[in-house]
Amino acid sequence: MAFIDYYQTLGVAKNASEKDIKNAYRKLARKYHPDLNPNNTEANKKFQQLNEANEVLSDPEKRKKYDQYGENWQHGEEYERAQQQARQQGRQQYSYGGQGGGFEDFEGGNFGGEDFSDFFQSMFGQRSGGSGRQAKYRGQDYNAELHLDLKEVSETHKKTLTVNGKNIRITIPAGIENGQTIKIKGHGGPGTNGGPAGDLYIKFLVADDPRFKRNGSDLYNTVKLDLYTAVLGGEITADTLTGKVKVKVKPETQNGTKVKLKGKGLPVYKKENEFGDLYLTYEIQIPVNLTERQKKLFEELAKS
Amino acid sequence: MKTEHLIAANDFCMYHQVEYTFINSLKDAGLVQITFINETTYIPESELQKLEKMIRLHNELEINIPGIEAITHLLEKIEQLQEDTQGLKNRLRMYEAD
Repeated sequence: MAFIDYYQTLGVAKNASEKDIKNAYRKLARKYHPDLNPNNTEANKKFQQLNEANEVLSDPEKRKKYDQYGENWQHGEEYERAQQQARQQGRQQYSYGGQGGGFEDFEGGNFGGEDFSDFFQSMFGQRSGGSGRQAKYRGQDYNAELHLDLKEVSETHKKTLTVNGKNIRITIPAGIENGQTIKIKGHGGPGTNGGPAGDLYIKFLVADDPRFKRNGSDLYNTVKLDLYTAVLGGEITADTLTGKVKVKVKPETQNGTKVKLKGKGLPVYKKENEFGDLYLTYEIQIPVNLTERQKKLFEELAKS
Repeated sequence: MKTEHLIAANDFCMYHQVEYTFINSLKDAGLVQITFINETTYIPESELQKLEKMIRLHNELEINIPGIEAITHLLEKIEQLQEDTQGLKNRLRMYEAD
């Protein structure tokens, strides 16, 4: 467990006044507040660190303890015992009325400090209500990524996610976009001092499909077409997301011709019974390994 | 017909420990919509999240109403830009080599 320099976190000097600390905290909180940095995990983490630093440095008693032990906080209790012994000896010898020690003032509180570092909890125990002026903080927002393939995007379906031991059943609407984020309110980290829980943001990442390219709810595919069907017309079988369909090819179809299969794209997001289209681009294949006779026939065609 | 859930403004203010005047000022700035039924003020459920965010900005960061107004507009712009960027990235994927 590493020592955390709370002064450095807030960017203030060790002898900073309460006002300096308050100003530094406020300034940085405005920069990193989760409401001002949605979906930004780094900012959320930073904000949590600021809260922790502020919790210690804005409370004179906690600050005193923190300053007293500094980097030797791990040996704090030993130090405290040694100090008490020394004071007791002092009282015996000189009837000196020393001050009471500080640890017990911080311990025994039962507030959920799980968002604060191990360092904080090790030094101050669970966050206590000792100072009586603790602010309510909204819990941390959680971010998760969910990977989908195009087939999964083509239909509305439910999924159960486990976030911090809790199962959350979510409905993923058909047609969801790559990179789209949905927010599930109240499923983020717990709030502190009675503050509201954060939110859970789920970002959907749709994998590239080997066959189809996507633009919104429209799909694109390239279909190889033999020269003879392109010239004379005919019928081909084309893949769609939901199966195969027969497509008529017009005679004299040019290379790069696009045809639209209406309604064969993806469902339109949150619009029932609305679908995008599937566009097929024909890539005409020139025959290879021609026989002598075939070559002759092409020569005749070329002359005609 | 779509049903809109409403929360009594008094209950909301008590729960969040905010003055009603604060909500009213947000309404006057056009930042939230509130509903009046039989002289009682209600907050539509759809406005709750937005309103709670503004209260947090006010309480935790001491941002006043003009500040909240500016932040709200900028956040909306950022969100729009992020959506545009993502849309363009998705379109770009179409032209990227297989």
